[in-house]
Amino acid sequence: MSLARRGWLRGAGASLAALALSGCNRITEDPKVVRVLAGAEGVSRNVQRLLARGALAREFTRADITPNFKANGSTDPPDADYRAMVANGFADWKLVVDGLVERPLALSLAQLRALPARTQITRHDCVEGWSCIGEWTGAKLGALMEMAGLRAEAKHIVLHCADTLGDARYYETLDVFDVFHPQTILAYDMNGAPLTVAHGAPLRLRAERYLGYKQAKYLMRLEAVDRFDHIGGGQGGYWEDQGYDRYGGI
Amino acid sequence: MSLAQSEPLAAAPPRRPKARKVLVARHSVVVRLTHWINAISLFFLLLSGLQIFNAHPALYWGQQSNFGHGWLSMGAYASGGALHGVTKVGPALFDTTGFLGASREHGVWTSRGFPAWLTIPGARFLALGRRWHFFFAWLFALNGAIYIASAVLSGHLRRDLAPTRHDLTPRNLLLEVWNHIRLRFPKGEEARHYNALQKGAYLGVVLVLLPLMVLTGMTMSPMLDTAFPFLVDLFGGRQSARSIHFITASLIVLFFAVHILMVLLAGPWNEVRSMITGRFAIEVPPPPPPIGDAP
Repeated sequence: MSLARRGWLRGAGASLAALALSGCNRITEDPKVVRVLAGAEGVSRNVQRLLARGALAREFTRADITPNFKANGSTDPPDADYRAMVANGFADWKLVVDGLVERPLALSLAQLRALPARTQITRHDCVEGWSCIGEWTGAKLGALMEMAGLRAEAKHIVLHCADTLGDARYYETLDVFDVFHPQTILAYDMNGAPLTVAHGAPLRLRAERYLGYKQAKYLMRLEAVDRFDHIGGGQGGYWEDQGYDRYGGI
Repeated sequence: MSLAQSEPLAAAPPRRPKARKVLVARHSVVVRLTHWINAISLFFLLLSGLQIFNAHPALYWGQQSNFGHGWLSMGAYASGGALHGVTKVGPALFDTTGFLGASREHGVWTSRGFPAWLTIPGARFLALGRRWHFFFAWLFALNGAIYIASAVLSGHLRRDLAPTRHDLTPRNLLLEVWNHIRLRFPKGEEARHYNALQKGAYLGVVLVLLPLMVLTGMTMSPMLDTAFPFLVDLFGGRQSARSIHFITASLIVLFFAVHILMVLLAGPWNEVRSMITGRFAIEVPPPPPPIGDAP
């Protein structure tokens, strides 16, 4: 073995050892390194969507429902506007649908309940690793978007929420790929009763092929867009702005 | 395997001949490359995996999480102004202060599953742990696929790894176990081939543990569960898949420990060289004394 090669090996060994020690955060959190690693997200998203296409998430029976379904993220939003809505039972609440749609809408809960609905008992997977099973009833997002006339140039739906978490307003983005999936619903009932505040009253998203942070709660407005880099921190969601992957299907 | 190179025969007068060392071609280029890519991938996968585990340091069986009743969980409680780490395995409780449940992070006692020096990144940062994990998951899976395809096509699997009938006789297995206990490793011609215990360990890792990591990992993806619902059934639920992922990773760490120990005991320089340059030194019996020309 040549000396140069030996030196290279020794260098590689030393780098690995350095990385293994606690001083390695400079490397593991380096923005340039992270940008390279984040390249895997697009590969995962494209390959997984190609494999899954329109497949449905498994549905369970009432007997499988988790008795103490964990509420995560915002569970009691501090926002004054939201607290006022809770106080009057969401009587004046309306879901706004706008952006790249032919007919912008503002729908009350009663109007949403009159839309084509779906009930599904599904597994909720948190990015932290746990799972719970719950029953959700809600309006089909596809039907709502047909009613509003989603325009061809729309690529994502931005879900604007009523809750402030940390010091930023929660929001999420859903790709058009998922808008017309049968299990993508705007849920107003959980386990046969109206959503509680902890679980996102009065309306939350259920897109059953994704992790919990994609299932935005406390919905106020759905905005159809072709880009989202001007919204929030520009990464397509509250948690995405803090480094999480926007795909969220893994 | 062929003789790659042999040391020149001494021109000295014929004394009692000594055993010669010859270098034989041991590992193909594909095996060497995939071995090291695998090693690097597993390093990052393990440490970022522990970061991900720390986001909810509890494991369950079945589809869902029965909070507070995991078969394994780590936690911390404060008492007497100090933080204590507790690990629960089934009904048994262990004080694991300083390592599991509670450990020091930059000198500050913190409630966390695995300690900062075992996770990537060190600080609690699930989002980044996932970035590292899924990047190396792709590298690991593709590298493994290349290795297995090549091992089947080149005959490496059949020729070098599949046990022979002789390997599997109880007599041979007992003898090999006995030899390993006495730390006697095959020499000479016998060292040209893997022994039955090696074959078993390598096949177990390559055909069982590593593929199990990929499949249980895939089962934790809600999107892939819609594409391959049979995977969820195979492992008995998403939370079971997460448990099996953890157990399998632990078995790989165990294999790694034994693997390194064996390399050290069997001759680290020779073993490591064989996985870098491909050449492995074995001792062969001396050549027969020269026979004079027949009259």
